[in-house]
Amino acid sequence: MAKSDVPTLEVRNLQTHFFTRAGEVKAVNDVSFTVRPGEVLGLVGESGSGKTVTGFSIMGLVDEPGRIVGGEILYKGENIANAPDERMRRLRGNNIAMIFQDPMMTLNPVLRVDTQMIEAIQAHENVSRDEAWERSRAALEQVGIPAAEERLKSYPHQFSGGMRQRVAIAIALLNKPDLIVADEPTTALDVTIQGQILYEVQKLCEETGTAMIWITHDLSVVAGLADEICVMYAGKVVEHGTVDDVLDNPTHPYTHGLISSVPSRNKRGQPLSQIPGMTPSLLNLPKGCPFKTRCPRVGPDCDIEPEITHPVPARDVRCHYPVAAGEAAAVPTPEVTA
Amino acid sequence: MTVFIIRRLMQAALVVLVMSFLVFSGVFLVGDPTEILVADDADQAERQAIIESLGLDKPFHIQYLRFLQKAAQGNLGESFVFNEPALQLIMDRLPATMELAVAALLISVVLGIPLGVIAGLRPEAAYSKIIMTGSILGFSLPTFWVGIMMIILFSVQLGWLPSTGRGDEIHYVLGFPTSLLTLDGWSHVLLPAVNLALFKLSAVTRLARAGTREVVHQDYVKFARAKGLTDRRVIFVHVLKNILIPVVTVLGLEFGGLVAFSVVTETIFAWPGIGKLLIDSIGLLDRPVIVAYLMIIVLLFVFLNLAVDICYSLLDPRVRLQDIKA
Repeated sequence: MAKSDVPTLEVRNLQTHFFTRAGEVKAVNDVSFTVRPGEVLGLVGESGSGKTVTGFSIMGLVDEPGRIVGGEILYKGENIANAPDERMRRLRGNNIAMIFQDPMMTLNPVLRVDTQMIEAIQAHENVSRDEAWERSRAALEQVGIPAAEERLKSYPHQFSGGMRQRVAIAIALLNKPDLIVADEPTTALDVTIQGQILYEVQKLCEETGTAMIWITHDLSVVAGLADEICVMYAGKVVEHGTVDDVLDNPTHPYTHGLISSVPSRNKRGQPLSQIPGMTPSLLNLPKGCPFKTRCPRVGPDCDIEPEITHPVPARDVRCHYPVAAGEAAAVPTPEVTA
Repeated sequence: MTVFIIRRLMQAALVVLVMSFLVFSGVFLVGDPTEILVADDADQAERQAIIESLGLDKPFHIQYLRFLQKAAQGNLGESFVFNEPALQLIMDRLPATMELAVAALLISVVLGIPLGVIAGLRPEAAYSKIIMTGSILGFSLPTFWVGIMMIILFSVQLGWLPSTGRGDEIHYVLGFPTSLLTLDGWSHVLLPAVNLALFKLSAVTRLARAGTREVVHQDYVKFARAKGLTDRRVIFVHVLKNILIPVVTVLGLEFGGLVAFSVVTETIFAWPGIGKLLIDSIGLLDRPVIVAYLMIIVLLFVFLNLAVDICYSLLDPRVRLQDIKA
């Protein structure tokens, strides 16, 4: 994959907070990463870890009471964090597109598919309806929808879930964006459809050189798809590196826990290991490392917020006691008491 | 669709039949109109002659069957008071009421939907709270009181608008008399229409606000914004078309209500419509007019329900009329 010098997107110390009545929720708290053309970045974490809010921050779609309060989002060198509305509108769907999680909800139920595709083209380019229609048809064929001409005249409820997600992907591809933010686009689909869509998205990205941020909680999806991986926990990136490195040799206890809780054939018959406890409430984070209450390697330094260190080359980790290579067994598998 | 409409019309016929029985027996029980119709100094023979001429001496079931027989021929009886066919009396006055109701409906839609959408988009803003407070006043203040206050303010104090009647300049459009073609006509209809609209306006505003608040948080609205659409297109196409579904339902039914219950407004503003006719007829126990009026209203509601269902299928592609078991 060709990697040019100017990254498609560079996020630096992004902070997106929600100012609720109960207090300030630091949904994204100091997140940094870089995506280069043609590259796929996997953004992994549990529910509430801030991965979706990161995606919406990039799109400039954070709703009240949320606000980007710090950091930079550099799109090809231009800072678009808190950019004027009209500038963001021109970027959205044109340069940066997004695919949502639930295909049953992303298409407007009362508008025909062609309406929803043509408007996406005409929002950015002054083209005739016929030309936009033709491009929409081509986009549907590109994502593997048969009888595209007929399908354009249908309403969303006449499509299956997988087909709707293909339509959403086709819409995202319409204006040939440089970057696609995909927010768990295959989570709501069954496994066979998920496989097809993953394969097709990967192919499309390779063909068009589109960079992608793939938000998911499913490590197996990231393993096959992404080049780099960011593991998020409580609004922070806790581990960042290339996908093979991180999955083979996780250094943060949280990443380690995530990976060992994936079912596999080798663990047949044994109880699955799990990370004890739940994601802490973002309103009431423990002082220091937010993972310390669930961490098997917790130590005296954990009351101090860990800075980014590089325990192995080309890896960013936020932990005072990273797991060393080969030390994997040292992390005790928590007893399943349930 | 055709099958649906035919089935609907057959159901409507049944509804009308049942209603006719209920209305007829209800009015039969209310009182004896002879006391009012017969002059005080009439002797027994004259009295008997009048009762017989009106058919009031027959037992209930004979009266009802006779009414049905005539109704099937399009004759809903003659008014005891005016000695004119009841249907004719109502039809003469119906255009005035329709005019009022349509004007009121327009006001509720043209003001209510934008106000509701505005309040729904920014529910915390001060102007949204003003709109919502206004809507609470709108449907809690009694119509007659608001009407009187409007007359005092705009007709008596300020002298801007006339307080009674529908004006003299009546024009005929396709055979229907209307006063809405002239400025004078509009000046007459404005006060009563606003008065009549106030309740519906509040309802539409609240409905549009609730709909907007629900729809703007839907993924498809966020996705529409993620496509880079302008706010205007998102609101006017993606949001509006979705909130119209409940609004149309309520408006369709409310329009029947506007026509049927414009009684109070018509009385206050001396509007020559059917509401006023009904009140007068009830006062005089003019049975055929009451029955005919109620029959017309039943037909109106049945028709409006059908129209709403058809509008529904136009607005929401997921609705297929054949599937509705009404």
